[in-house]
Amino acid sequence: MSPLLEVENLRITFPSSGATSRPVDGVSFSLSKGELLAVVGESGCGKSLTALALLRLVPPPGQILPGSVIRLEGTDVLALGAAELRSIRGRRVGMIFQDPMTSLNPVFTVADQISESVRAHQQVSKRAARARALELLQEVGIPDPVERLDNYPHQLSGGMRQRVMIAIALASEPELLVADEPTTALDVTVQAQILELLDRLRAARGMAVLLITHDLGIVAGRADRVAVMYAGRLVEEATTAALFARPSHPYTKGLLASVPRITGTVTRLTPIAGTVPPPTAWPSGCRFHPRCPDALPRCATDDPPALPVGEQHRMRCWLAEAGQR
Amino acid sequence: MSSPLVEVRGLVKYYKATGFLARKAPPVRAVDGVSFTVGKGETLGLVGESGCGKSTVGRTILRLQDATAGSVFFDGSDFLALDPAALRQARRKLQIIFQDPYSSLNPRMNVGNAIAEGIEIHRLAPRAEIPGRVAQLLEEVGLDPGYAARYPHEFSGGQRQRIGIARALAVEPEFIVCDEPVSALDVSVQAQVLNLLADLQARRGISYLFIAHDLAVVRQIAQRVAVMYLGRIVESGRTEEVLARPAHPYTKALLSAVPVPDPETKRLRIILPGDPPSPSNPPSGCAFHPRCPDPDKDERCTTERPVLRQIGGIEVACHHAKVNR
Repeated sequence: MSPLLEVENLRITFPSSGATSRPVDGVSFSLSKGELLAVVGESGCGKSLTALALLRLVPPPGQILPGSVIRLEGTDVLALGAAELRSIRGRRVGMIFQDPMTSLNPVFTVADQISESVRAHQQVSKRAARARALELLQEVGIPDPVERLDNYPHQLSGGMRQRVMIAIALASEPELLVADEPTTALDVTVQAQILELLDRLRAARGMAVLLITHDLGIVAGRADRVAVMYAGRLVEEATTAALFARPSHPYTKGLLASVPRITGTVTRLTPIAGTVPPPTAWPSGCRFHPRCPDALPRCATDDPPALPVGEQHRMRCWLAEAGQR
Repeated sequence: MSSPLVEVRGLVKYYKATGFLARKAPPVRAVDGVSFTVGKGETLGLVGESGCGKSTVGRTILRLQDATAGSVFFDGSDFLALDPAALRQARRKLQIIFQDPYSSLNPRMNVGNAIAEGIEIHRLAPRAEIPGRVAQLLEEVGLDPGYAARYPHEFSGGQRQRIGIARALAVEPEFIVCDEPVSALDVSVQAQVLNLLADLQARRGISYLFIAHDLAVVRQIAQRVAVMYLGRIVESGRTEEVLARPAHPYTKALLSAVPVPDPETKRLRIILPGDPPSPSNPPSGCAFHPRCPDPDKDERCTTERPVLRQIGGIEVACHHAKVNR
């Protein structure tokens, strides 16, 4: 089966005085129809920029470097003209963000904003668009949807705003939903509601989801595959079951050991030493080597490629080679 | 148990509505009768979602805000009733660290001076010894003593939190309110700060009130936990007991909503409907009743407010809570 989305060697640069910054530096992955791929990483690893790049929304002065490839069912997204790009943005690919308040327009009602999205992609009357908006509000589980249609964003709670954002994204029946930290700003009980909603919508619509998150907890039991990102690169990629059963990259292991658990014996956490380097000064060789407890001498100089560690399981770490021997 | 270090009794904080219709609006009941104790060298975790009043509790007991009613016994006297001179003396022993240390550090004061400030004000060391003390404190929180001459903007989030901790430690406190100290940090750094707080407690015998929304983090650091909902404590007890056998339906739901980074963990998933209600207009009876999934919920829950009562080893405010369900 040909993938829905293919990303090859995505590189993004931000020109800055002095050092060049390359927050995303050679990211490749693919996503099949109906699949949920989670990209996990800490602040500054480049995961959100990767998501924005898919719709060519990298904020200036950032630029996607030549040689990067983004294909949506064979269409080269980076070569599209403005009109063709609009046929993808918000139509075939929907996007939701961490903070719905900054993505919703405060002076328009919920109905206006969902209808706008409906009418941008379908030629229907205003009345039909409003009816469709109501259906969408019901689909995303907003209580009292009829009254909510005429609410403004400030009248809604954070969880309801995120539901409205999801309704707007769904209006065009996208094949792919890019969800960038969709529940990070929400309380856990509301996060649980939104995650359940996304699971339900994905099952009902067969929509592919690219979930960008810092939280390994929301990935487990939800994503089909996981890609762990560090310093502008994917360092480990596997099926979710394999990643949690056999985390292999020292960074992935370090992340898992850092998370406090809600069950089992409480033991002292094992943090990762040091901090994430800035994108203007990625370390030489393997970018994780200065913080890596298992670093070999060659890690400081030789940049490891993605090496296989199992079926559908790869990592950028020289230990993969050592393990094969 | 010997007498507690800090005893909070009947703490109440109402905010008057402001603006045009202020006289007609009911007050916001941010904290509505909260009592707890913290023993010497002990950590009490105060958990709840946004708007439950947990941060207001922390700020009110340190008199960063005036309480509407209640008392805070520390060192044999009511801290909330101290006159200004006595307050100044006592404040040294009660410190606070915040979620975002950046906004609590003066950007134009170097780190050394920021840490020295408290030592100077309380005359804890002769002037000549202060730089040595500062260096010691920086080392104690895991920072290079040479950083004293640097400014807050030169540090990462985790390092700033360490500076905030050093600043609190400078005046040799016996009790520290930790207000969401790790929630803005990445997991790998969060683990470093949690370990640091645990080490400091072991070494100096400090007591913490650890305010957080993340139950897993609280489990990692707190021996006892109190769960807040809409301005009141709904359940409290030893952390292990409360989390292993929660008695209040809200605690159960909160626990089930914690994302667990392990796909093998099969858990009961309770998805609460709706959002937390507004403290300016709390529901009648039990504040949790509109969202409560408990099958035993009845008329009484909507009319009569449950008070905390002992069940097994824990205290719970629910009419229908039973032992070991």
